[in-house]
This record gives sequence, structure tokens and C-alpha cells, in this order.
Amino acid sequence: MTLLSLAILFPLAAAAAVLLSGSRGGGLARFVFAGAAVAEVLIAAVLWAGYGDTGPGRLAYEEQVRWIPNVGSSYHVGVDGLSLPLITLTAVIFLACAVYDWGAKDRPGPRAALFLFLEATSIGLFAAQDLILFFLFFDLSIVGMYFIIAGWGHGDRARSALKFFLYTFLGSLALLLGFIGLYLGAAPHTFDIPELLRAQPLRGNPAGLWVLGAVVVGLAIKTPTVPFHTWLPPAHTDAPSTGSAVLAGILLKMGTYGFVRIAMPLLPEAWRAWTPVLIAVGVVSVLYGALVALAQSDLKRMIAYTSVNHMGYIILALAAAGAGGSQAARETAVTGAVTQMVSHGLITGALFLLAGVLHSRAGTYDMGAFGGLGGPAPRYAAFFAVAAFASLGLPGFSGFIAEFQIFAGSIGAAPLTALALPGILITAALFLRALQRVFTGEVRGKSPGLADLRPAEAFSAGGLLVLSVLVGLLPVPLLDIIAPASAWLVSQVGG
Amino acid sequence: MDAGADALVLLPEILMLAGAIAALLAGSFLPRERQWVSRAIGVAALAGAVAASAAALSGPGASAYSGSYVVDALSSGARLVVAVSALLVITLGTDELRGAERESETYTLILLASLGAMVLAGAADLLVLIAGFLLASIPLYALIGLARTPSGAEAALKTYLQGAFFGILLMLGVTVLYAAAGTTSYSGLRAGLGPASGAIVGVGLVCVLAGLMFKAGAVPGHFWVPDAAEGAGTAAAAFATTVPKIGGILAAYRLLEHMPPTVAWPLLVALLSALTMTLGNLAAFAQKNPRRLLGWSTVSQAGYLLMPLSVAGAVPLALPAVLVYLAGYAASNLAAFAVIGAYPRRNLLTAYEGFATARPWQAVALVVALLSLVGTPPTAVFLGKLTVFTAAWDGGFWWLTAIAAANTVASLFYYLRWLAPAFRAASPDSPGAGDFNPRPWAAGTAVAGAVLTLAVGIGGGLAWAGLP
Repeated sequence: MTLLSLAILFPLAAAAAVLLSGSRGGGLARFVFAGAAVAEVLIAAVLWAGYGDTGPGRLAYEEQVRWIPNVGSSYHVGVDGLSLPLITLTAVIFLACAVYDWGAKDRPGPRAALFLFLEATSIGLFAAQDLILFFLFFDLSIVGMYFIIAGWGHGDRARSALKFFLYTFLGSLALLLGFIGLYLGAAPHTFDIPELLRAQPLRGNPAGLWVLGAVVVGLAIKTPTVPFHTWLPPAHTDAPSTGSAVLAGILLKMGTYGFVRIAMPLLPEAWRAWTPVLIAVGVVSVLYGALVALAQSDLKRMIAYTSVNHMGYIILALAAAGAGGSQAARETAVTGAVTQMVSHGLITGALFLLAGVLHSRAGTYDMGAFGGLGGPAPRYAAFFAVAAFASLGLPGFSGFIAEFQIFAGSIGAAPLTALALPGILITAALFLRALQRVFTGEVRGKSPGLADLRPAEAFSAGGLLVLSVLVGLLPVPLLDIIAPASAWLVSQVGG
Repeated sequence: MDAGADALVLLPEILMLAGAIAALLAGSFLPRERQWVSRAIGVAALAGAVAASAAALSGPGASAYSGSYVVDALSSGARLVVAVSALLVITLGTDELRGAERESETYTLILLASLGAMVLAGAADLLVLIAGFLLASIPLYALIGLARTPSGAEAALKTYLQGAFFGILLMLGVTVLYAAAGTTSYSGLRAGLGPASGAIVGVGLVCVLAGLMFKAGAVPGHFWVPDAAEGAGTAAAAFATTVPKIGGILAAYRLLEHMPPTVAWPLLVALLSALTMTLGNLAAFAQKNPRRLLGWSTVSQAGYLLMPLSVAGAVPLALPAVLVYLAGYAASNLAAFAVIGAYPRRNLLTAYEGFATARPWQAVALVVALLSLVGTPPTAVFLGKLTVFTAAWDGGFWWLTAIAAANTVASLFYYLRWLAPAFRAASPDSPGAGDFNPRPWAAGTAVAGAVLTLAVGIGGGLAWAGLP
């Protein structure tokens, strides 16, 4: 068993251990969760340290075990420059959640087990090199998140969880149809991603457009992009804070990662044909997400809509990669998109954890219920301000690195994408307005006496923000991993 | 071929028959509280049938009685799935049947109806098909009626009337096909029917298929399924929604393979499939009783099972797809029924509030069973859905695959209507609140069925690859 498989199976084993110990209230669960999360970060660090660029389209830490040979599917995992950053991000986000939930009182045993289960499915998905394996982790992540929202959420959690499950499950079925199309389009039939890369199924076949359509719809629901985003705000609003952090930080990336891992390299011809539609979807997602976020008075819904906006940038960049234009510009756009996946995970994860602080103290996310919070809770105000500035793309944070590359590359490849630029301005405005409403002015509403950040909250959210600053100031180690993979992807897409 | 060799080929079937007779005889001499002996006889017969079928897997295909009964991959699959399903039915029904006044008779009927399902799958002659239909149906009517409740009587009567009607249709169809082909043997059907008029062949085939759809619980013969699921005893309901399907679906598969291309049967079967899955789903939406919910859910599952039948013989994946789906479906459906068997008096979905807190492992078993019926990986039905979707699309029915995908999403909705209350905390006014005291055998079967469902889902692909 390779280190990569260990990274997938270890959280599962830890989850089973928590469940079998029958610890429903005990402190054992949090120790196992935190210990496993630390171990996963260490494994990710070792993977990172031992990763040497394997050459274009090659995988590191590859492993293949027979699974369903009769339909050409196997347990096939491996890592390249597109997946390694996301696997690392997964480990980091879950560690932050383990720290944040250190003092959680509500059925900590099953809760820790579910989070560990989700960690395994997330890492498995980013490592999967087989479509059926990808689909397996994709679906299981939905199941795990359903139970987290339904079991530990608040508000109208049952309804939000149901909506989330049905909607994203619909996406997964569209994805499955696309995968079956790819399988039948390849000779010999296979679900193996590297083999499909060699086979280039449905090349020159108009059916390829439909198959890509199914894959794109499935991934767009998960990402989510306009018009498939309506499940996201209620799911976030009613999920527990750590659930939201995982949902925004990791689960949304499963959609965008699917584009770079499956849709673009396996169906490049169809991707190029779809480019105009995708650019439009990207632009609309950026602008609409930002505008609707601007109109929110609920802090968590606002952050959820900024996710639609941030994911829009990624779609925009990936669509631009199929739009022709210069090779260098398109590579820059794709590198920016992958960097944005990591950056958004760190920053939005932190934002959701910080938003959860309000709910745990005051029972509401309504920005109108607070005012002048900077007085009673100065540390909290500082942390939130840093996170907000990071999210609006201030230089010095990871978001700036990502969005600068996205726009530089996209506009170079497809000038029309400049239409999305106002999204940056609107985002800046809405974050500044939120900061103003909650933290400045007279101390009123639920603000007086609101307890400041506790160590667990500060370390978890603060850790994510520190990493965002690190990427913002020293992006080279990350970009060195992503850039060769982007170059390979752009050469695959061609055009 | 002499009779001894024929008998050896039919060893699993003979074991089942002998077990049925022995259980009946033993039951007549046993006092009511010592009827576990006939249960042991039934279990031994089924275990023997599993062993004999498994042993026959490695051998070459065979046929008995001048080719009227075939042992091949299809009937071997049927034997194994039927026998294991019947075993699970007996274990989940142990608490319910123990000491009942008709206990031994129940085991006898289960064995006979299971034997009927096996005969249906192995029949390679229209006359044997009729015999199999009757053998699978008549014990089933009695099983459903054994509950001795008003709703049980109603369900038995409904099933009997529909069974009689569709049985007559089946015989009519056999007559027409025989008249057109001049033979009842499958091996001669294609050649015999080739020159016949398409209309006549079509009429005959439609009538035979209607009879088999009654067994499969698919449109147009599906009306009895929800009533049987609700009105019969739990073990009988679990049996009725699982085992007859296996016989009906596989019998239809074998017959369709021998149909001439003069009739457009693939399209007919595809339409039946789409209709069945959609109708079953729509009817399941509004159900508040978990038994009826599962009853309608099994109707929709019959629709997915018909998908590969529409490409029978045209796509290499079609036969494995049917078998994989049947195995996965049987394990998942029986696990779900075992949960009902553990709490027979909870007849409302809301009565399961607080279930997860009180009985976490059984709740997990329920999750596995229901999510498997939805088709979530890595469960058994996912493997089935993957293969039937692929097979249907490969045979040109991409629209059927799309309809099936849409139905799959829709089905998630009503399965969650059972899971959601189970994972909610019980409120003081939830019906049957508080103590979940399970019937131990049924609860154990639920967990075992869930484990089997996962095992088939994860290891099924390798087992399938290892078959000769």
C-alpha cells in the first residue's frame, strides 16, 4: 500500500475506531479526530516533499488494484500538479475543523466519524484516476455532508439537507451518464482516466458534445455555477460552521477539479466547442454571485454567494483555456484557476469558521443585529477584517495571486472575459460594507459583552489565514507544482 | 442422457423439493413449540442448494430432459440468488414464525415457491415455463394469505386473481407461439418463428411477457405488489417482493434471447421498463407506511431490471448486468425488510423517529440498504445500476438510460423520507416513541444483509471477473 492509499484509508480506519469505541460523549472522539487530522497533514507534507515533477501527464505515487475488471474499472490512484495542492488543502482544512470543534459537545463521536469519513472521500476523490472511483468518492461526499447538515445544522436543517442531497445527487447522476458515455466511446471500453487520455474517446463524434454536456452539468451543480447554485445558500446557512468550511473549502472544489481532471483533458474538442457557453456561465456567475452577495443581510448567506462569485472566476479561466489565443496566456489562466481553488478553500474556510463564532455567541448571522463589535471583541474584529481583505483579493494574500493570474491569462486568451472585472469591485464593496456594519459604529444589538475569540477558534481560522498570507507572499513553491500541470493541460486542450 | 445424469444436473432443485416435503412431513409430527426442526430442515436444504449450485459453477453448462431445462450462467445465478434470498427470508422471519400455528407450512411454501423461481429461470421450453410459473405462483398465494388478517386476505385474493389472469394470458401466449413455431422448445423457436407473421409472434410474445411481468412485479402485472408488501406477514412480504422477481426477470431474459428479429421486442421491453420505473416511483412518493413504500419501490426496481432485457442477446454486458443487479437488489431489499421485521408494529415512517439514537447499527444498516436501492456506490445496487445503464446505452437505448437516471434521483426523495425521521431525535409525541426493542433475528438479518450489500458492492466486481 502506498502512502497515498494510506492517506485515503487512514481517516476511514479512524472513523471506524471512533464508532466502534461507542464514545458518544467522551473526549476520545476529539483526540482521535485531531490526531488523525494531524497525521493526514504530515502525510500530505511527506507527499509534497517527495513529489518530483514526473513529466507531462505522468503521475506520482501511482497505485492500481483490480476492482471491477469486467467493466474496465480499477482502484487507480495517483497524484500530479493538479491534485497535490488540493489533497494538501484537504488535510489542512480538516485539521482546522478538528481544532475548531475541539470543544464541541453535541454527539462528538458520530460527528468526528463523519468528518473523518468526509476527509477520506475528499482525498480519495482528488487522488482518483478512475472515473468510477471518482464517482464513488463524489457520491459518498454528498452522503456524508447530508448527515452533517441534517444532524448538526440549525434552522431549517432537514429541508436544506434534503435540497442539498437531491440537487447534488442529480448532478452526480448527470456525471455518471457522462462517464458511461466516455466508457462506451473508448475502444477498448474503459473507465481508467490515463487510458481514456490515450484513447481520446468520441474525437470527431458529435455525441462528444452531449457527453461533455452531461459531465459539465454534473460538475456545474457541484461547483456551483449559475443557474445551478440555488442549493448552496440554504445548505451553508443551516450547516454547522465546520460543515460549511468543509463544504465551501473542499466539496465545491470537487466540481472545479472535475473540470481540469476529466472534462478538459478527456473531451478537448467538445470543451473548445463549449467555450462560449462556459465563458458566459463564468461571467454571469462572477457578477451575479457578487451582486446577490451585496444584497444579503445574513453574513453566512453573503459568504456563500461570494463562493459562487469566486467559483465563477475559476470557470472563466478554464473556459478561456479552450478559447484559443496564446499558449502562455492560457497556461497562466489555468494556473490561476488551480491556485484559486486552494486560495478559496483557505480563505472561505476561515470566513465560515469566523461567521460561526457569531452564531455560537448570539444565535444569529444577521448583520443588522450587531454593531460596533470591534469594541467588545477586538481580536475577532481583526481576524475577520484580515479574512475579508484576503477574500476580496488584496495583494499579499493568496486570492490576489490567483485572481491576478486568472484575469491576466483569461483576458489574454479571450478579451471578452474582461466583462467579469467589475466582480472584483463589487466584492470589495460588499466586504467593506459588512465590516462596517458589524464592527464599527456604536456598540448595539447583540454586540455588548460578546465574548472575544477563544484559542481554538483563533488557531483554526488564524492558521488558515496565515497559510493564505504565505501563499500570497511566497507563491513560488505552489506555482512550481501547478504550472507544469497547467502547461500539460493546455496542450491537451489544444486549439 | 439417462435419468441419473439428469438428476445430478438438477441436484439443487431436487434438494429444494426434498427439503420442502421433509419440512412438511416433519411439521405434521411436531408439537407446535418444536417446529424449529422443520426450520432446520429448510435451512439445510437451502444451504445444500447453495453448495450444489456453487459446485456446478465451475463445470460446463448442461441441460436436462432433452434440452427442456438448461443449466448455464443464467440459471446458476438464479439458483444462487434465490437460495440465499430464501435463507435471508427465513432468518428475518424466525421471530415472527417461531411457534406460529403454520410455521412448518410456511417453510414448505417458501421452498416450493423458491423452487418455482429456479425452474422459471432454467426453463428452455415453453411448457416447462408454464410449470415453473404455476410452481412459483400457487405457493406464493398461500404464503401471502397465511397472515390471517383482513388485509392479508385481501392481498392474497388480489394476488391470486391477478396471478390467475396473467397465468391464463401466459398459457394463451404459449399456445400462439407453439402454433406459429411448431415447437415449444426454445432452441427451435427462432427458426420456427422466423417465417411466421410478425403480428402473430407479437401477440404470443406479449401474452407470455405479461405473465412473466406479473412474476417480476412489473407493468402491467404489478398491482399486487404493494398490497402484498403491506398485507402479508413480514417474511412473506420480503419473499414476495424478492424471489418471484428473480424467476420472472430471468425467464423473460432467456425467452427474449430466442425471439426472431421480426418483432420489435427490444422497444417494447424498453417502454415497459421506462413505464415501470416511473410508475413505481410516482406511487412511492406519497406513501407513509414503510411496507407500502418498499412495495412500490420494488416495482420501480423491476423497471431497472428490465433495462438489460431490452438489449438481451445484443450486448455482451446484458446478462451479467441482470445477474449483478438481481443479486444486489435481493440483498438490499431483504435488509430493508429485515428492519421492518424487527419492528413489525411501526407502520408509519414517522414511527422511526429516534431510531438512530436508540439503535445506531441498525440505523446504519437501514442507510446502507436504502442508499443501495438508490444506487449509491460502493453498494451492490450501484454495481447493478452501472452495468444496466451501460448495457442499455450500449444497445442504443440511451434515452432509457437517461430516464433511469432521472428516476434514480427521484427515488432518492422517498427513500430519504424514511431515513430522515430515523436520524431525527424522537419527540414525545412521535408515534411509538422511545424504546426500540427489536426482534433479534430480524435485527441481525438487517445488519447481515447490509454487510452483504456492501460486500457484493465492493467485492462483486472481482468475483464476477473470477467466474469461468
